[in-house]
Amino acid sequence: MSATILTTENLNKSFGAVTAAREVSVAVPDGAVWSMIGSNGAGKTTFVNMVTGYIKPDTGRILFNGTDITKMSPRQITRLGIRRSFQIPQLCAELTMLENMLVSLSINRKHKPSYKRSARRPSQVDEAMDTLKRFRIENYHDRLMSELPAGVRKLLDIAMAISGTPRVMLLDEPTSGVAAEEKFPLMDLVMEALSKSNVTVMFVEHDMDIITRYSERVLAFYDGEIIANDAPDQVLSDKIVQQYITGTTK
Amino acid sequence: MTEFIFPRSIPLACALALAVLVVVGLILPDWAMFLATMAFSKGMVALGVVCLMRSGLVSFGQGLYYCIGAYASGLMATWIGISDIFLMSLLGIIASGIVAVIFGPLLATYRGIFFAMLTLSLSMILYGTLSKMSVLGGTDGLNVSAPTFLGYHPEGRALGLSLYMFTCAVIVVYGGLVRTLFDSERGLISLAIRDNELRVEYLGTSVRTEIAVTYIVAAIAGGIGGVISGAAIGHVDPEYAYWTTSGEFVFVAILSGYFSIPAVFLGSVVLEIVRSFSNLYFPNTWQMSLGIFLLIVILLFPKGLGSLLSRSKKPEKKQ
Ligand SMILES: Nc1ncnc2c1ncn2[C@@H]1O[C@H](COP(=O)(O)OP(=O)(O)OP(=O)(O)O)[C@@H](O)[C@H]1O
Ligand SMILES: [Mg+2]
Repeated sequence: MSATILTTENLNKSFGAVTAAREVSVAVPDGAVWSMIGSNGAGKTTFVNMVTGYIKPDTGRILFNGTDITKMSPRQITRLGIRRSFQIPQLCAELTMLENMLVSLSINRKHKPSYKRSARRPSQVDEAMDTLKRFRIENYHDRLMSELPAGVRKLLDIAMAISGTPRVMLLDEPTSGVAAEEKFPLMDLVMEALSKSNVTVMFVEHDMDIITRYSERVLAFYDGEIIANDAPDQVLSDKIVQQYITGTTK
Repeated sequence: MTEFIFPRSIPLACALALAVLVVVGLILPDWAMFLATMAFSKGMVALGVVCLMRSGLVSFGQGLYYCIGAYASGLMATWIGISDIFLMSLLGIIASGIVAVIFGPLLATYRGIFFAMLTLSLSMILYGTLSKMSVLGGTDGLNVSAPTFLGYHPEGRALGLSLYMFTCAVIVVYGGLVRTLFDSERGLISLAIRDNELRVEYLGTSVRTEIAVTYIVAAIAGGIGGVISGAAIGHVDPEYAYWTTSGEFVFVAILSGYFSIPAVFLGSVVLEIVRSFSNLYFPNTWQMSLGIFLLIVILLFPKGLGSLLSRSKKPEKKQ
């Protein structure tokens, strides 16, 4: 049993009358690949937002490697090694794909970004191209974001999040908006790229085939609560999960 | 995006630009040399506006630093008799730098219209204060004695030429530094901030720090611009901080766009020329000709005149 890298303890969060998190407690082992399911508005993105510091829980604690990160900013949490991708890719629209990647690399060095060193120095451009190649999107390197297909944008969003030394990667619906036949190839690419960096992965997904194929364990969210936390087979055959989330009663 | 057509090596480009400016200066008539000196000094302030524009911020109060630079040097000249242009510039840098270090971090939390209005109010506060302070000359302002250059006391055409040469050296050096900054890691991050702050924070760097630093760089450029203008005109008054003055800097920044630094100084020269000639021929409606001119530029070159000076690496069409 490997050490726990990410722990949440009784996280609660409400937005007015809406409860987006109820007593959310998980302990994620280092190197694990977990998935998160749940119908729209179940609180999956809220969980990602809380872990990455964008939203502060009303009560509860979040620990990363034993450090309390509950009150840290997204910037500090990113620096510690918790990264995320976005349900709607967050890219810089007026920059090309390569430039987007260069921004990410410039920020994620051991030293602070420089006022002198060129962002486009050959070594950094090569490194950016290598990362794009890992995701097989390098052919689009000189395109602006508006010209990219949805799947490519998703991949770039993930590629940007991965620079530096990520320890935990939270992927918010990596395959949403992507044509059905491209979902598996896309997940293959992502998992392959991530396995090289040896990171702990938690991804939000609606497609049960992808859940079964890629994750070791599933968290099922319903109304802000985790109603199941087990291996995919177990969770997907759970009566309550079938009734409230997957809608498949066999 | 774009790549600069000038040599990639920045020192080389600077040396080249300086050589051209010096040669041009030697043949310019006095009136044109004065016009160029003024245009370049104001171009420094506009360059500051351009720096902020790259991060998506518009400052409508850059006259604040223009005025601070002008008064800092003007007052020292009057009070303790400093007339050396290098010392005066240093004073302008220090004064504008200190004020920017105080306000930069505060303003860096504001965006859009709030940032624009706050910069505007700061400059108008300075305008109001200076107008009321009779020790500092009130609305009349004060006279600045002719500048000296490391012990050299030129007169007549030599004075104008020396100040012109000094100005050229300043814009080339500062321009080179700003180009280096634009091309640097931080420079690219500034562009990213303009597009998507959330992403930049999530990559792990502080947007606020980035903007505050840009604000300080812009302020120092403004301060130096004010010192040179004050020395060239031989007079400083609160109008330096007035909102219409700041408006002109925004005008030049929009005119030139943020891709090319020479374009900013060219844009400033164009404005000065349009102003001088319109003033001559349509003394009461020159602002109107200026407005029409800006309209035409925006319609023809939405990214500014600088887009003419930079080579656009248009993405190839899909096969
Ligand atoms: N910033 C916010 N302000 C107000 N309400 C919010 C906010 N963020 C989330 N919510 C609400 O919290 C609930 C959970 O939202 P969340 O985005 O976490 O759902 P989700 O599981 O990611 O759903 P989806 O599958 O649609 O992405 C929803 O009812 C949503 O409207
Ligand atoms: Mg969501």
